[in-house]
Amino acid sequence: MSKLVSMKDAIAASVHDGDSIVIDGFTHLICFAAAHEIIRQKRKNLTAIRLTPDLVYDQLIEAGCVSKLIFSWAGNPGVGGLHAMRRRTEGAGLGQLTLEEYSHFGLLSRFLAGSAGLPFWPLDNYAGSSIPGANANIKSVTCPYTGRQIATVPALRPDVAVIHCQRADDEGNAQVWGLYGSQKEVAFAAKRVIVVAEEIVPTSVIRSDPNRTLVPGLIATHVVCEPWGCHPSFVQGHYDRDNDFYVEWENVSRDPATYAKWLDEYVYGVKDRAEYMQKLGAGLMERLRKKPRMSEGVDYGY
Amino acid sequence: MGTDTLVPGVPTASEMMAMRAAHELHDRDVVFVGIGLPNLACNLARATHAPQLFMIYESGAVGAIPERLPVSIGDPALVTDSLQVTSQADIFQLFLQRGLIEVGFLGGAQIDKFGNLNTTVIGPYANPKVRLPGSGGACEIAVHARRLLVIMRMTKRSFVETCDFITSPGHRMPGGKSRKELGLPGAGPTTVITDQCVLEFGEDGEAVLVELHPGATVASVKAACGWDLKVAKELRPSRGIDASATTLLREKLDPKRLYL
Repeated sequence: MSKLVSMKDAIAASVHDGDSIVIDGFTHLICFAAAHEIIRQKRKNLTAIRLTPDLVYDQLIEAGCVSKLIFSWAGNPGVGGLHAMRRRTEGAGLGQLTLEEYSHFGLLSRFLAGSAGLPFWPLDNYAGSSIPGANANIKSVTCPYTGRQIATVPALRPDVAVIHCQRADDEGNAQVWGLYGSQKEVAFAAKRVIVVAEEIVPTSVIRSDPNRTLVPGLIATHVVCEPWGCHPSFVQGHYDRDNDFYVEWENVSRDPATYAKWLDEYVYGVKDRAEYMQKLGAGLMERLRKKPRMSEGVDYGY
Repeated sequence: MGTDTLVPGVPTASEMMAMRAAHELHDRDVVFVGIGLPNLACNLARATHAPQLFMIYESGAVGAIPERLPVSIGDPALVTDSLQVTSQADIFQLFLQRGLIEVGFLGGAQIDKFGNLNTTVIGPYANPKVRLPGSGGACEIAVHARRLLVIMRMTKRSFVETCDFITSPGHRMPGGKSRKELGLPGAGPTTVITDQCVLEFGEDGEAVLVELHPGATVASVKAACGWDLKVAKELRPSRGIDASATTLLREKLDPKRLYL
């Protein structure tokens, strides 16, 4: 049964005010298109969860969609800070955004427990660190076999996960290559999964290379076809990261006025992703488009 | 002492830190690579004395040999031609927690005399003066890496008596237990590489000045340190800093000066 819908319909059906949401991806496969649609639909009081809430979550925060952030590293990598987030967590803005923070391994472990149907996950971490003192969710247990103290974090079951992939069939069997971060654990932990693909392919293509399927259609709620859905992030085998955008973002986001102007022009001012890319222009797409590097392929014969 | 001015054949502060860090890397070491100077140090080591350096990135790339200088921890060039691409859960559980990482790299906004690092907040946690990015993978790298190299420019603001927040554990919490007592598997910070000098840690877990870079003096180092820094009885001669590496860094490894 086809689950293929537009991004607009997928967000309208699956993301509600007050939901907890993960738009996953780690540098790679970050679905900005989904975040922009959430902003256009003016969702409120979201709990936004992600190891690295980079520009995509900062935009959701600036647009007023987020009341709580659960994270482990918040910045614009190699460039600077997240200004919408900082304006709401420092000085006069303190308290406008609730933070709950872990280390990468800690937050990953919450997804691992959620995806495996366990109440918590153990990890050898945090001794000697102030992090547990800043987050009451980090506790410890005594190992029943060795007597050692082991840190624990509770399971996390987000309401919605957005998983971007290179290709999927219309039932949401999603194939990913390149960096896939925590996409698999996040998808299995979530209650609803929106699979967003650069390309929709027949199921026969999926079946020709089953090892590459990261998220099965079994747990997919909606499927969206959204070419260029990750810009300024990247999709291996499709387009490169727009590093100039990330560098320039520091100037856009430092001042709330220029930030608002950007959101007006590039999010509220367009109706969908296709219009956003049109606005950025063919020259940019040409510059970022991949140079092919085919893999050798494997023989599934028996 | 390092400057930021480019003079032919004379390394800048950043170049000296990259060179000195490269000197700590041995061929076939399994390194958990961070972006920026650690990445450059690894590339320099690969181009000189450690061609078989095994690089793992927290984004999931294992045995990476990036053909361009990665601009982020998740650059597509880390994937192309790597030996394996895996999940981040695998990276943290099967590689790091399992004990396969020989060398980790960290830096921070603050470091104290025991090598504790802060990348979380300046000021009180509940009401911070500056909200920093947070741990990322730093805490677990500090817990598990068998050797930990810290690269930081030395200033009184960053080398402090007490960190405002300990993101990543060093050799002991001030007034608290040692790593051994806490059962931490890795050795903790083994070497701190600054723009002026190298620090190592004594039996008591406290940092000791052991080596000066060209141009630095004990007085200039002490003036840049926020605590009364211990000095080794005999300082070692400077290591790893040479003019030919300067040319390699400038012309081949980071010509656009992304990190230098």
